[in-house]
Amino acid sequence: MNQFKNFTKGFIKENPVLVLMLGLCPTLGVTTSAINGLGMGLATTFVLIMSNLFISALKGFIPSLVRIPIFIVIIATFVTIVELAMEAYVPALHEQLGLFIPLIVVNCIVLGRAEAFASKNNAFSSIIDGLSMGLGFAFALTLLGTIRELLGSGAIFGFNLLPEGTDGMLIFVLAPGAFLGLGYLMAIMNSTKKS
Amino acid sequence: MAQKKPNTLFNMASSLFIVTCIAAVAMAGAYNLTKGPIEKVKKQKVEDAIRLVLPAFETIERSAVLPYDGGNDSLILYKAFDTNGELVGTAVETFTNNGFSGHFKIMVGFLPDLTIHNTAVLEHKETPGLGDKMDAAKSDFSEQFKGKNPAKFKLKVDKDGGDVDAITAATISSRGYCDATDRAYQTIVQIKE
Repeated sequence: MNQFKNFTKGFIKENPVLVLMLGLCPTLGVTTSAINGLGMGLATTFVLIMSNLFISALKGFIPSLVRIPIFIVIIATFVTIVELAMEAYVPALHEQLGLFIPLIVVNCIVLGRAEAFASKNNAFSSIIDGLSMGLGFAFALTLLGTIRELLGSGAIFGFNLLPEGTDGMLIFVLAPGAFLGLGYLMAIMNSTKKS
Repeated sequence: MAQKKPNTLFNMASSLFIVTCIAAVAMAGAYNLTKGPIEKVKKQKVEDAIRLVLPAFETIERSAVLPYDGGNDSLILYKAFDTNGELVGTAVETFTNNGFSGHFKIMVGFLPDLTIHNTAVLEHKETPGLGDKMDAAKSDFSEQFKGKNPAKFKLKVDKDGGDVDAITAATISSRGYCDATDRAYQTIVQIKE
């Protein structure tokens, strides 16, 4: 398999959020600002790479009937490690993402890649796949976070762009803004694909 | 593709057992590595909040008390002393259950004469853009508590006949903030008596 193609597929062609439409719960939940989206994306990337690596390395030892519980145990282990590390070293981000970090365990991207890719391919391709999907996820989340932060609070990565005393469009920070933003992103994505 | 192990009971049980054992060891290792830093971060956060709500101090003494109106959630009192052992103020970690999203915690600093020195938000789940304006970084709502003595300053929002200007479009969060501050005040008064 062409590793370069394998790596680039996660960004546009098979972007987990915008094309495969997996993992929409954290996408809608955490993208109130660009930095939150990026943090969540990178945490998921780490989990994806590690779980893909271990699952593809262990695929010969796993009886097929118990593969799902074993995948979940492996994924949950790495999620716990990420959560503890974030709480210890980036407490501010950990506080913002809160509940969504443990929820990476049930993120369909992670289990989806384990089932669809890592359990059928070798370790190296699986790492590349995890990296590609994870960064694609991080890219989509950061993009949506940037749009919502810019429109909702007039800032990008915390730097205020609006003059003092003006407010952004509040709706973009709240839940409906997540759906609106994501909907438009998907529409743009689809329109480029057709042509 | 590697040959899959057959689905015998022994294979399934042993592979699950081995994987969970390794996972347990890995998590225990991560827990031990991060335990120290996590505790430090938490302690630092509380200490930062105390420093924010009280004048400069040397040592603090921690104690827990039950709130004046009953309930099982205790308030945490931090008595702060200067180098001569003189009380400079008391910081109270207090809470309300009446926020827009339920429970939130704030820290209120009282000078020895029970004047509020300052207040700070510890943790909350209020709506971003509305209720989270109670955070000093986001609006000057909490400024109005500075230097007020609750004996003369009614800790209720103006809509309820109090002296606190509520945040626009976040009356419930403001009400919760007043409730938490009042809980701290009433409790500290009760202890003094």
